[in-house]
Amino acid sequence: MRFLSCAAACAMAFSLPATAQTPDPANWPAVLEEARGQTVYWHAWGGDPRINAFIEEVGAELSQRHGVTLEHVRLADTADAVTRVVSERAAGRDTGGAVDAIWINGANFASMKEQGLLFGPFAESLPNWPLVDTDANPAILIDFTLPVEGYGSPWAMFQMVFEYDSAAVPEPPRSLEALRTWIADNPGRFTYPQPPDFLGTSFLKQALYGVLDDPTVLLGPSEAVDYDAVTAPLWAFLDEITPNLWRSGRAYPANEPALGQLLADGEVDIGFSFNPGRASAAISDGELPDTVRTMVFEEGTLANSSYLSIPYNAANQAGALVLANLILDPEIQALAQDPAVLGFQTVLGMDRLAPVDRARFDALELGIATLAPDEMGTGLLEPHPSWMTRIAADWTERYGTAQ
Amino acid sequence: MIRAAPGLVVALMALPVAAGLAGAFLPAFGFFPALGGDRFSLEPWRALLVWPGLGAAVRLSLVTGIGATLLSLAATLLIVAAWQGTRSFRVVTSLLAPLLSLPHAAAAFGLAFLIAPSGWVARALSPWATGWERPPDLLIVNDPAGLALIAGLVMKEVPFLLLMTLAALGQADSARRMAVARSLGYGRVTGWAKTVLPSIYRQIRLPVFAVLAYSMSVVDVALILGPTRPPTLAVQVLDWMTSPDLSLRFLASAGAVLQLLLVLGALGAWVLAERLVAARGRLWAASGGRGQALDLPLRALSTLPMGLIAAGVGLGLVGLGLWSVSGLWRFPDLLPQSYGLRVWSDQSAQLWRLTATTATLAGLSALIALILTVAYLQAGASHSVGIIYLPLLVPQIAFLPGLSALGLWAGLDGSLGAVLAVHLVFVLPYVALSLADPWRAWDARAGLAAATLGAGPWRVLTRVRLPMLLRALCIAFAVGFATSVAQYLPTLLIGAGRVSTLTTEAVALAASGNRRLIGVWAIMQMALPMLVFIMALAVPAWIARHRQGVKVA
Amino acid sequence: MSLQLDKLRILRKDHAMVALDLTVAPGEVLTIMGPSGCGKSTLLAALVGALPAAFSMTGRVLLEGREVTHLPPHKRQMGLLFQDDILFPHLSVAGNLGFGLPRNIPNRAARIAEALRAAGLEGMGPRDPATLSGGQRARVALMRTLLSAPRALLLDEPFSKLDTGLRDQIRAFTFQQAQDLPTILVTHDMDDARAAKGAILSVTGELLS
Repeated sequence: MRFLSCAAACAMAFSLPATAQTPDPANWPAVLEEARGQTVYWHAWGGDPRINAFIEEVGAELSQRHGVTLEHVRLADTADAVTRVVSERAAGRDTGGAVDAIWINGANFASMKEQGLLFGPFAESLPNWPLVDTDANPAILIDFTLPVEGYGSPWAMFQMVFEYDSAAVPEPPRSLEALRTWIADNPGRFTYPQPPDFLGTSFLKQALYGVLDDPTVLLGPSEAVDYDAVTAPLWAFLDEITPNLWRSGRAYPANEPALGQLLADGEVDIGFSFNPGRASAAISDGELPDTVRTMVFEEGTLANSSYLSIPYNAANQAGALVLANLILDPEIQALAQDPAVLGFQTVLGMDRLAPVDRARFDALELGIATLAPDEMGTGLLEPHPSWMTRIAADWTERYGTAQ
Repeated sequence: MIRAAPGLVVALMALPVAAGLAGAFLPAFGFFPALGGDRFSLEPWRALLVWPGLGAAVRLSLVTGIGATLLSLAATLLIVAAWQGTRSFRVVTSLLAPLLSLPHAAAAFGLAFLIAPSGWVARALSPWATGWERPPDLLIVNDPAGLALIAGLVMKEVPFLLLMTLAALGQADSARRMAVARSLGYGRVTGWAKTVLPSIYRQIRLPVFAVLAYSMSVVDVALILGPTRPPTLAVQVLDWMTSPDLSLRFLASAGAVLQLLLVLGALGAWVLAERLVAARGRLWAASGGRGQALDLPLRALSTLPMGLIAAGVGLGLVGLGLWSVSGLWRFPDLLPQSYGLRVWSDQSAQLWRLTATTATLAGLSALIALILTVAYLQAGASHSVGIIYLPLLVPQIAFLPGLSALGLWAGLDGSLGAVLAVHLVFVLPYVALSLADPWRAWDARAGLAAATLGAGPWRVLTRVRLPMLLRALCIAFAVGFATSVAQYLPTLLIGAGRVSTLTTEAVALAASGNRRLIGVWAIMQMALPMLVFIMALAVPAWIARHRQGVKVA
Repeated sequence: MSLQLDKLRILRKDHAMVALDLTVAPGEVLTIMGPSGCGKSTLLAALVGALPAAFSMTGRVLLEGREVTHLPPHKRQMGLLFQDDILFPHLSVAGNLGFGLPRNIPNRAARIAEALRAAGLEGMGPRDPATLSGGQRARVALMRTLLSAPRALLLDEPFSKLDTGLRDQIRAFTFQQAQDLPTILVTHDMDDARAAKGAILSVTGELLS
């Protein structure tokens, strides 16, 4: 039994509450002082090697500049981190929690914010906050119709783009209606990730925008309207395309990378992603042929932002604050926007930057498959999170369990 | 220490299982005060029964589990019956031990890369034979019937059962029985089935049960090869268990209990079937049929599983390796257009870190398990031998979630120590399984000779018995090491995301379909235990290079 | 310097298989004869303290007047030679001899070399025991036992697996080396018994010749 008590001692060492008082981002030197020597566990989706490499680079910078160690806890699904915090609260662990920072948005953010599981508000007190362009991008203050109110620090903006191999599809369908026809004409050449995967459910929402006469109902909670009537055209659309999907809709790719791999293997001709720069980066890595291009729908495509949030019981809140601020640093933001690295859209306003920092962004090239900002069309607002949860559950019932 | 060992080992095996099962049963009946469940109710079961995928998920677990076990057992017995005593049999069996060290997940990835519509098999036949310029729209991997899952399981379980059968053959006096049967005019396969099989089967029964329980409830292989709409029950339980909606924990617990009942039911049905087969078999054995004409076709048939498994594992691993260094590789090209080490170098930092964690966990758990096993065997404990295999018969998904909830409550989860402890629960049975036979086969007269020369029990153990059993100890260590490396669910649930290993990383990547990345991690996951296995064979052989009397082969 | 069996009975389920009451003097070789299964080997197992659990024992065993009945095997100082030589395969010839030599004996290398010379195995210390001939191995096993400084010697058909020519030679060598020890030889071979030149008894103590 000596062995078990050793395990207990190890666990104690890991879970000792790091701080007695909560750090105050307004007193930044004190935050930096407290953060030094901490190890921040950043729970972030780990399914994309490019993102993992980027986070590793952020970690190197964090340790060099501020003496904070970054551990990337690679999640298969962001919900895992939420689960973790929720379980900790259920077990009464209100300090010394395992999750220090989460890459989050949408239903997960809404759920954590509503349950009071987030530390803050902190984002608007970060030293780098003034560089964030909330005038040009007011949408970053509202996540899936929910006001962020400083409980998450926005660090990248995304918009859904469709990726297609121009060698196979010279004339891609540029609207949901056109996609409907194209799928019928090209059976087995299109699919979407299996909901409740984030990207897969996002496709359902994109389709909902396309089939609704008045999409504004999506901005309110789904309980406020006749849900069945509103979503009926969506299920009709899906019923129509499903037999002509990849594998006749009997199987679906698991997530965004899996869909990307199907495109790379030529199993499908059209894929999609929330990262407009993904295709260019994949081409430069030799994973996609250089004939792949991207496009958006004429009616617009969904747009959203990613946030960094800190759980209320995080063991290393000061370190997490330093991380949140570092990610808004122009150098890191430029790195994230580099199509060879990530191709994420920055949240910073160019006119708010020092010339030397602006030059970092000016030096970036778009990449062969990436659309210029003026070609991106309308960014559609993300529906209220209740839609996402509900249509994902409904989809599972209708398509996810039938044999 | 040695006198306390049997009790300690039994506690180490039984307590986590019992605690974990309690942690599943209570919430399954509505009791989980931390989540507001302070009264017993049947609500979780009602919720489980109305889940639309239940019928399909249960059927999948039963069909894939029982199917994989039947196929594995049939293939194993056919191979041994048709080839025992021949030279090719000896060659094949000498390759088995390293194959056993191959983690399930790596083998599953290799198979997936091979049989996918854009995999090597399709590429090799395209476009000249199939006319496919693009991957065909066929649902092969993740097929709704679970055939790919069955294939992946069979590929790994046949080597395991073969090894167990080989160990049993030595004790069954099989060579002489076969000689008698052959001299009475029996064919090779029929004679084997009528004379050797009955006593062999008795000895491999426990491993067969373990295979059945494992196949019905496996998570990592099912995540890679299994159906998705719905998945098998075990995967669905994991889904619920890790959902941020904590109210699903009750549903998950009911599912976990159902999984346990399914496994118990299947084991019960298996035992009944054994009796029927045995009764029929006795009549058949006495019926006098010589079955000489069967030998040729059955021998031919037995090459099928052997060939398929060898090709599946071999080509699968080569495919993994190739993808890990490939640049652009379009269908239907047989080989990549370009090569590069980009993925390897991108991953190197993380790769080495997790390799270090994995090796630490595996090395320590195998070492502790080895010490405990030696102490346990030295104490001469045989009465409690059954309980040591308990963790192999109770599905992981049935008791690990409860155990992780307990760990969270005790503040023990997420530490390397807790993961090590739970690895030990699964490593110890395999180390014991591996070491028990050579330990008992050791010539006890050597111990008595040493004692009459004045050596006390400790000196006999450390200077005579352990050195004489060095090879068996090294192999048992390697088996334990490989078992630890392959653990997915225990690491995931007890490690709470803080302790990652090569396996959790590789399986987490499964969904991404990123073949280059999966290739890198699966190769590493495979190479680490393989390396230890090679060392386990080489080191004792080198130490005993001037000692012909020490068994090295 | 004698080995005494004081009313020794070995029972299996209340049936006395072995019943002996005797003393073996130093240099004397007592032979116990009988068909296989009569309990000869069980007797030796009882004398070294390794009686199988299926048997029980009454009476006493005394070595040089000191009772050893309840001592564990490694404290009895009774040398035992089996049918097989039971050389430890992982040790060299010298290693095997060294294993027998008590730890507090000085000049170990010299003692081992001397034992090798006495057995006609000069210079074979570093050899792998598996490379020796049957006769050589038997002599190593005997020397190993003698180096452990036993107060009595028990022989469990130690010559039965040797070729006829070799058997006489090893037998003579063994009795010559063991000349100062009380010795019990268990055998079913009349030649062995005659060569021992001592009394020949059955396991129940009847004088056979």
